[in-house]
Amino acid sequence: MDRNSIEVDIKVPNQTRYLSLIGRIGEDLAKEIDRFDGDRETLAYHLNLVLTEAMVNAIKHANANDPDKMVHVYITISDEDILIIKVYDAGQGFDINAIPPPDFNALEDRGRGIFIIKSLMDTVKYERINGGNVLEMTKSLRC
Amino acid sequence: MNMKIEEKNEILIIFVKEERLDAHNSNDLKAKMQELFEGGRKNLLVDLTDVRFIDSSGLGALVSGFKNAISHQGSLKLASLQPQVKSMFELTRLHRVFEIFGSTAEALDNF
Repeated sequence: MDRNSIEVDIKVPNQTRYLSLIGRIGEDLAKEIDRFDGDRETLAYHLNLVLTEAMVNAIKHANANDPDKMVHVYITISDEDILIIKVYDAGQGFDINAIPPPDFNALEDRGRGIFIIKSLMDTVKYERINGGNVLEMTKSLRC
Repeated sequence: MNMKIEEKNEILIIFVKEERLDAHNSNDLKAKMQELFEGGRKNLLVDLTDVRFIDSSGLGALVSGFKNAISHQGSLKLASLQPQVKSMFELTRLHRVFEIFGSTAEALDNF
């Protein structure tokens, strides 16, 4: 790993009170990335948001609100300037492809989280790994 | 959640005094709006001046309030959205649903 590369690896309890901590790490990271010419404020907001949504997803849907479980978040930037975020959960998981896009004409309280992640990131996948699951999202930092 | 409620011309203004409106605190706002509508209040205005960040749960809480308003023959309007917050309403098309005003004063003139 070269001396300018960034890798963040953090585990937090499966509780919504830690959302702002994880979101803030994403924001700060956006402001520190060397190789990015785009709008940093927008990237900062978007990373805060996708990390928040992914963590809520892990807490509520995958880890079933069990406060004793942990959410593991891993963020890195590849040599090709691809930002990679992985959010691991230890729960039962779900089929991300079975979640329909929101019906914009129906006023539902829920169901916008995965849509937001898919809208803001380039690739999104959710799969089983080592007895748990990982939500992996990538975004190219090249404009 | 920290919020402050003021009344002007029979309109209740809820000032959300949080930097984030997210899955951690948005249920409090949802419950407060429900309580007010069920208690007979008709017109609510939510002022988001201090809110720098909103997630899908925060948006969902406001949608819940909007539906509550309709079912109680009342109204729920929004004021003072920061640009990034407003962009989330646009991404999820909710800017077509809510009446959104630049300031509380402007919103109060439009009830």
